[in-house]
Amino acid sequence: MSKLQQAIDNLHEADREAAKRSGKSRIHPVSRLCVCMAYIGIVVSFHKYDVTGLLGMSLFIIITGILEDLSFIRGFQRIKYILVFVVLLGAVNPFLDKGIVMQTGSIAVTGGMLSMITLLIKGILTVYCAYHMFMCTGIEQLCRALRCLKVPKGGVTVVLLIYRYIIVLLKEIQRMSLAYRLRAPGQKGIHIKAWGSFAGLLLLRSMERAQNVYDSMLLRGYDGEFRYEILGQEKTGKGLSIAYTAGWIGIFILLRCFPVVQMVGDMIISPGR
Amino acid sequence: MVNLDHLTFTYDGNREVLSDISFHLKAGETVGLIGANGAGKSTLLKILTGLLTDYKGQVKLDGMDVNKKNLAAVREKTGYVFQDSESQLFLSTVYEDVAFGPRNYGYSEEEVQKKVMSALQQVHIEELKDRPIYRMSGGQKKLAAIATILSMEPEVILFDEPSVGLDPKNRRNLINIINRIGGLKIIASHDLDMIFDTCDKTILIEKGKLIFYGETAKILTDQRLLEESGLELPLSMQIRDGNRKINT
Repeated sequence: MSKLQQAIDNLHEADREAAKRSGKSRIHPVSRLCVCMAYIGIVVSFHKYDVTGLLGMSLFIIITGILEDLSFIRGFQRIKYILVFVVLLGAVNPFLDKGIVMQTGSIAVTGGMLSMITLLIKGILTVYCAYHMFMCTGIEQLCRALRCLKVPKGGVTVVLLIYRYIIVLLKEIQRMSLAYRLRAPGQKGIHIKAWGSFAGLLLLRSMERAQNVYDSMLLRGYDGEFRYEILGQEKTGKGLSIAYTAGWIGIFILLRCFPVVQMVGDMIISPGR
Repeated sequence: MVNLDHLTFTYDGNREVLSDISFHLKAGETVGLIGANGAGKSTLLKILTGLLTDYKGQVKLDGMDVNKKNLAAVREKTGYVFQDSESQLFLSTVYEDVAFGPRNYGYSEEEVQKKVMSALQQVHIEELKDRPIYRMSGGQKKLAAIATILSMEPEVILFDEPSVGLDPKNRRNLINIINRIGGLKIIASHDLDMIFDTCDKTILIEKGKLIFYGETAKILTDQRLLEESGLELPLSMQIRDGNRKINT
């Protein structure tokens, strides 16, 4: 199977898993979205040298992963390319901030090294959080949540169509590259001379197909609103959703304002003190 | 049910695709729409669904003008089965996709479930309801695409080249399904044998002009008229007449 086909299958599989989970979930997508946004906001707000504080925030990712039966390894495989980008960004820090901030034995730890680690942790936690949120709500429910939060219809439709466009684009790339390979045997990749016309044609073809998808949505009553509800979510899940949101945001604030991880660590290392 | 009065449509204001088309279709009819490539069949279907509204003349659906003001009501009454089922199906599973329309029209989840199951039963793919769409064959995708339209219970169903890419068995199955579905059906196709098997009446378009509108049997046996319009006799007619030939 080609890498492109694998990517398309992965996207479809993630979409299907998310739809299945969101169909069973009694927690309203607005709650999940609010918790996710609060989490990302709080993670980003940690000081650039506060590694232990950030480690405490991983609690949410671990608990959500276990409760929602989300595989961390599969998750890593799906988001690894974004994480590579985060690593590349963080790799510059040790060269920019060379001031020594602590000494562990004979090793001098510079501010750049610490900020690189915190940036990596922040990147991993926020990407995992967004991934978990997506896997528990799905794109449809996510858009529904955005509409509930009064995001304009146009904006929500753009989010929905960009997501659908990714799959359409990948499929078109696959078709066109297959057609190219079949007529260019022995050639590795697409020749640089063909890149311009390939990209242009790809854009036109994928836009035409995306237009068809949008037309299909319009013809089946789509107008930017998400009227449907998941059974049980509205009737019995309201209290649960409120508790979920309040509970997690409370825990995040606690972890942000108090050095909980450090306190727990101190208790373990020196319990009698 | 569908009234077209002197319909003219141009792309970009100068390229005339449809020219002075008029006809009247009644509820319950099955009408074929035939013509060579580029004759204007798909454009006509898009006008009937309200996807193209900048036309001249009058287009009425159930007494209502097909224009920007009435789009929601027009689309509630019409269903459009795309030529390319992949473009029509964009959700993760068959159930989700078939439920998309009824959910958008605000039905409760119990009603949505009933409509989805009824639509799937009509095309005999109940067992595929939880199947991921990307793992389905072309024939199954076509049936799922039809189910997405049937779940909305439209009064008019428009099919754009429904038999394209189907093997003989799936094609026969599709013909049987089309014959069982109620309401006004308009089928744009080059598959004249399928038109013969499904349609009471047929409209022939050539270069955007209406050439013939009448009994299907009459037009599909008129070799001269068909050939003048860039078409051929249906294969079944050629064999029956013993004049099957290979055109070069």
